[in-house]
Amino acid sequence: MESGEDRRPPLYEVHDERGARFTEFGGWEMPVEFDSIREEHESVREDVGIFDVSHMGEVTVTGPDAEELMNRLVTNDVSALDRGGSLYAAVTDDEGVMLDDTVVYRLPEDSDEEFLFVPNAGHDEEMTDRWMAHRDDWHLDASINDVTEEWAMFALQGPEAEDLAGEVVEDPIVDLGRFSSRFVQVEGVRCLASRTGYTGEDGFEFVVPWDDAETVWSAFDCQPCGLGARDTLRMEAGFLLSGQDFHPEENPRTPYEGGIGFAVKLDTEFVGRDALERQKEEGVEEKLVGFRLVDRGVPRHGYTIETPDGEEIGEVTSGTMSPTLEEPIGLGYVLTEYADDGTRIRVLVRGEPKKARIEALPFVE
Amino acid sequence: MSFDVPDDLRYLESHEWVRVDDGTARIGITDFAQDELGDIVFVELPEVGDEVTQEEDFGVIESIKAVSDLYAPVSGEVLDHNEDLFDEPELVNDDPFGEGWMLEVELSDEGELDDLLGPEAYDDQIE
Repeated sequence: MESGEDRRPPLYEVHDERGARFTEFGGWEMPVEFDSIREEHESVREDVGIFDVSHMGEVTVTGPDAEELMNRLVTNDVSALDRGGSLYAAVTDDEGVMLDDTVVYRLPEDSDEEFLFVPNAGHDEEMTDRWMAHRDDWHLDASINDVTEEWAMFALQGPEAEDLAGEVVEDPIVDLGRFSSRFVQVEGVRCLASRTGYTGEDGFEFVVPWDDAETVWSAFDCQPCGLGARDTLRMEAGFLLSGQDFHPEENPRTPYEGGIGFAVKLDTEFVGRDALERQKEEGVEEKLVGFRLVDRGVPRHGYTIETPDGEEIGEVTSGTMSPTLEEPIGLGYVLTEYADDGTRIRVLVRGEPKKARIEALPFVE
Repeated sequence: MSFDVPDDLRYLESHEWVRVDDGTARIGITDFAQDELGDIVFVELPEVGDEVTQEEDFGVIESIKAVSDLYAPVSGEVLDHNEDLFDEPELVNDDPFGEGWMLEVELSDEGELDDLLGPEAYDDQIE
């Protein structure tokens, strides 16, 4: 990679030929829109769509102490995973502040590697360095490899994803349980398939050898979707976006503040555990909420949240016009006393207070 | 990809169009602009009676992915705004030169039209 140049997924030219618009995201030049965000979004909610998410990092961790290293660097309990299992976790610092969130896979038996974890776009180098530094500090025996540019990643999502995957994939796949993974053949290409996603719909993610990406991508005949629809879908599902809904410098947040306490296992030893235990006992001052605008307008990252009386109580971190609800929705942090479902708030849109109401997540089941 | 650039309009570099008919100027955004923005979800326009000034912002348009200011191709008093856009902002995507119009303004200085791009010059700009 030359400095100052964005990384490109292996199918950059294929997407360009298909008429995709591109955007820079996490140091990658990725398709943001193939046809229209609304059409792509609806395909995933009602039918099936496929996303190129090759900007996601892939880091493998293998060796006698691989499990211990993983468990000491993520908030969830990796030791509970069987081979072929995966889980969602946060990566926290000593203060319990989220540096990134990730899915950790304990790879199936027929893999040479033991663990794979998926940092967000542009975090692969930072996470690899973090893993190596802690391995060395703790004198653990594990090999760590950043294989982000050896593997493409696709997400097949939507209520019809199971049927389409069943038709296309040459091995059994529809019986895969949620957060389970196995190696399968697609058009003769060996891929890791997992029942995971970031849309709130059923679906699969495929980790695919970089050079065979086109064979696998074109095997799935369905709506291609860009990062635009991925963002509106994940907001409706109430999922956090690393760097936007939390950021270690600009908006430091713990998993409890971010509403992902389910991914924190205090009975394991990990960096940030003691700070998080204290926070759990004391309770959080601010927490992530969903809200829906009652007035016309679109909430956006950075807008101020107030009480109806004009007292500042928080800030918007994500917002959009929900294609499914056809209403403006957002995520943001507010003082805990204002976080209850139904609480009336105001969102300042270009300085104008707009009526809004706190709404329990997810917006769309 | 090619975009509609009607011959009978004049254009601002920031992708607004104006059609003048008997001293009244109708204003909107171009086909190119709506395509760049993508799915339009919100339009904020001045009230009838407000004044707009050439090359200054008069409103805001938001698509799912972006927020953009709207700039006035000519100056004058707002005679009408397109209320249909408040409930159906997607009209700007569907018909940017027709049902997706935004404002009607009483043209205060016809000489301002000379500062705008003709269809050929605008077409060259977006090529």
